[in-house]
Amino acid sequence: MAYTVRRPNLTFWEKLYLPNIVAGLAITFKHLRKMLAGETKIVMQYPEEKWDAHLPEYYRGAPTLVMDEHGREKCVSCQLCEFICPPRAIRITPGSVPNDSQFAKAEKAPEAFDIDMARCIYCGLCEEVCPEQAIFLRKDYAVTGESRADMVHHKTKLYELGGTMPDLVHKWNPEK
Amino acid sequence: MDFLNDIPWLLILSSVAKTLFLIFLVVLPLVSYTVYAERRVSALIQDRLGPNRTGFPTSLLGFKTDLQLYLGGLGQPVADAVKFLLKEEFTPGHVNKVYFWMAPVLAMVPALSTLAVLPFGNYMFGQKMVVADVNVGILYVFAIASVGVYGIVLAGWSSNSKYPFLGGIRSTSQMISYELSLGLSAVPVLMIIGDLNLSEAIRYQVENGWLLLPFTDGKLTLREILLWFPVFISFVVFTISMFAETNRLPFDLPESETELVAGYHTEYSSMKFALFFLGEYAAMIAGSSLIVVLFLGGWHLPFLPINTSETSLTLAGSLLGLIHITVFFAKVVVLLLCFIWVRWTLPRFRFDQLMKLGWLYLFEIALVNIFITAAVIAFVK
Repeated sequence: MAYTVRRPNLTFWEKLYLPNIVAGLAITFKHLRKMLAGETKIVMQYPEEKWDAHLPEYYRGAPTLVMDEHGREKCVSCQLCEFICPPRAIRITPGSVPNDSQFAKAEKAPEAFDIDMARCIYCGLCEEVCPEQAIFLRKDYAVTGESRADMVHHKTKLYELGGTMPDLVHKWNPEK
Repeated sequence: MDFLNDIPWLLILSSVAKTLFLIFLVVLPLVSYTVYAERRVSALIQDRLGPNRTGFPTSLLGFKTDLQLYLGGLGQPVADAVKFLLKEEFTPGHVNKVYFWMAPVLAMVPALSTLAVLPFGNYMFGQKMVVADVNVGILYVFAIASVGVYGIVLAGWSSNSKYPFLGGIRSTSQMISYELSLGLSAVPVLMIIGDLNLSEAIRYQVENGWLLLPFTDGKLTLREILLWFPVFISFVVFTISMFAETNRLPFDLPESETELVAGYHTEYSSMKFALFFLGEYAAMIAGSSLIVVLFLGGWHLPFLPINTSETSLTLAGSLLGLIHITVFFAKVVVLLLCFIWVRWTLPRFRFDQLMKLGWLYLFEIALVNIFITAAVIAFVK
């Protein structure tokens, strides 16, 4: 059913528009003045100021590979992360650890470990699935490159970003 | 070869010099920096920062790094210009080519032509600082400013698509409605001054005080106080009509982004679009200059001595002439900032409200105002 929308009864000054226009101008001028005086809080100016110091512990940045305190690659190339990776960003070529190596007990280590950062969705499933605690999402978030090839993190780059992380379980400790 | 002696070479040369100075050294830079100011002021009003970091990308020229020099974004207009020049010049297949190409020119040229009769300074090098000191000054401005509508209408029509067409139609009706109140609100001023020549308008205001601030000559008579009211009304009506004439918010219905994509210039790209943009801002500058000349005393500043044709040849005189020009454009810039301020404060009118305001209020107010002014002039000496 149609009904009539009641129009508000405007006073003379409201009908004249001009006082309200002046009031509006006063509001915008107040904002302009506060902004010029630096009283308004503005957002962080990104390249100059960064929030790196305030990143929370659980922040999920670029996935990286880590070594243990003896300098051993923790990854044993079981390829679980490769299989679980939803966007299939990880590609591992398994390789073996030579018998005369200090770390021969682990038997296997990745020959190549590529993470395509153009595909990675930072979900953290690789970190979650890793039985060796070898892959971790660190706090690097500004991953850039000039080509698709640039966006692929190879093994050296991944270890460089990851660094060392002491083991919680010492099952692969070198033979005493 | 006698006819060569009959040609007024000095007049031609000085006019060309003045035109080049006005257009290329003052108005076009002012236009591009008004665009920058628009973006910066709007950002500040909305608690943002706006373009504040455009620098010199010297790495594009083969240098190792960009030049690190903080300009507060003042390089933005240069970057914009380069962007417009390098963009693809696209003409859609369904447009009426002749008028499609003509429209941006028609939007830009009238805006710049109106500047010809505006006195932007007193005397420099013995020359009056106005390109054409014609005695139909303000009529010429109104006549040429109306031609500016054709640019928008032709753009809307020749684009051969619905949104530009609606924008063009809106522009036509809006311009016709507001041209009336624009012209009528200028009549009281012309009655008081008694001359159509804009240089004369300034000379009157130098002698009797600015029309809007009649005390600037140091004395205030009863006649001036009584005349101040119609002058103020006519100033308000004139300014509002000028907003409508230059398609500024709250009257930017021809290009209302929310309803008509971009209105009349939806189909335009690259430099053709930029010409509409520049034309709009040049029209704003011309409009502000006209307000300054008619109501705010033009280049005159109280307590500042005035140079004449003879003294302007001396160093002090030419310095004074330079100050006069600066004062004029300072007033224009203040008005431009007001234009920007209003734009980021008010919402757009609905079309029927726009028509109602133009025909039912401003037109009548301007008309009655003429009679009030006439009565004051006739009965108060």
